Amino acid sequence: MNDLIQIVSIVSAAFAVGLGAIGPALAEGRAVAAALEAIARQPESAGTISRTLFVGLAMIETMAIYCLVIALLLLFANPFVK
Amino acid sequence: MIASPLSAVPAFSLGPTIVTWPVVTTWGVMAAIALASFLATRRLSLRPSRAQAVLELVVTTLNDEIAATIPGDPGRFRTLIGTLLLFILCANWSSLIPGVEPPTAHLETDAALAFTVLVAGVYWGIRSRGLGGWLRTFAKPSFVMIPLNVVEQITRHFSLMVRLFGNVMSGVFVVGIVGALAGLLVPIPLMALDMLTGAVQAYIFATLALVFIGSAVNEG
Repeated sequence: MNDLIQIVSIVSAAFAVGLGAIGPALAEGRAVAAALEAIARQPESAGTISRTLFVGLAMIETMAIYCLVIALLLLFANPFVK
Repeated sequence: MIASPLSAVPAFSLGPTIVTWPVVTTWGVMAAIALASFLATRRLSLRPSRAQAVLELVVTTLNDEIAATIPGDPGRFRTLIGTLLLFILCANWSSLIPGVEPPTAHLETDAALAFTVLVAGVYWGIRSRGLGGWLRTFAKPSFVMIPLNVVEQITRHFSLMVRLFGNVMSGVFVVGIVGALAGLLVPIPLMALDMLTGAVQAYIFATLALVFIGSAVNEG
């Protein structure tokens, strides 16, 4: 029983990181594309745009980091593995 | 088996308290920053030396960044934001010293830093608009939003903590795994990437702390 839980934990940790990276990757791509377009239109406001972009990217990236933390919890601090 | 990144290795015990390695590294980084600041500001002159010019550049950039976010005197927030930026940067880059693991790769350090930002936000919110005014910002735009605003106040600092922890820890983790597979020269590009991530995360942490404090000081 314990072995089964460990196997399922490892598989689901991999899935959590793998699937959880898809959404933030798409979102970051869109954000960077929009920021590049804005900078191309208005090069003089590049400083403000890139600062806002960095903060926004960090926000988006947090979603992927959450998945990573969940995976680590499954691997190292699983409450169901004795 | 790889050591769990969620637990810290004890270094030595001081009576009944066990001191872990991240605490030792944190104090080392703090001592290094304090010593460097003391040495750099010991002989300030009107015709700046090279070190003083770098220092002035850092302070001016910080002032500009803070003034762009919060109107008014930037000196009020420079101590906290500047310390956060420099400490996290030095802590992230401390992994360059062989055998040292960055203290920010452990949840406790990041929790302490995020808690500092939370307390600073509450302090500046109460100080700039009074206790009643600060409490009233939770009821904006309407009183229906009170639970959501309270939850947001907690979750955004929680995500501040998890973001820094996840980024730094994953960097350390990847370098450790690659180093175990192929030790010579192969981890170097990953360590360079790790340095970039560390710098960006320090900047992001400081910026977000500034934004959070600014939202407490400004209109909320």
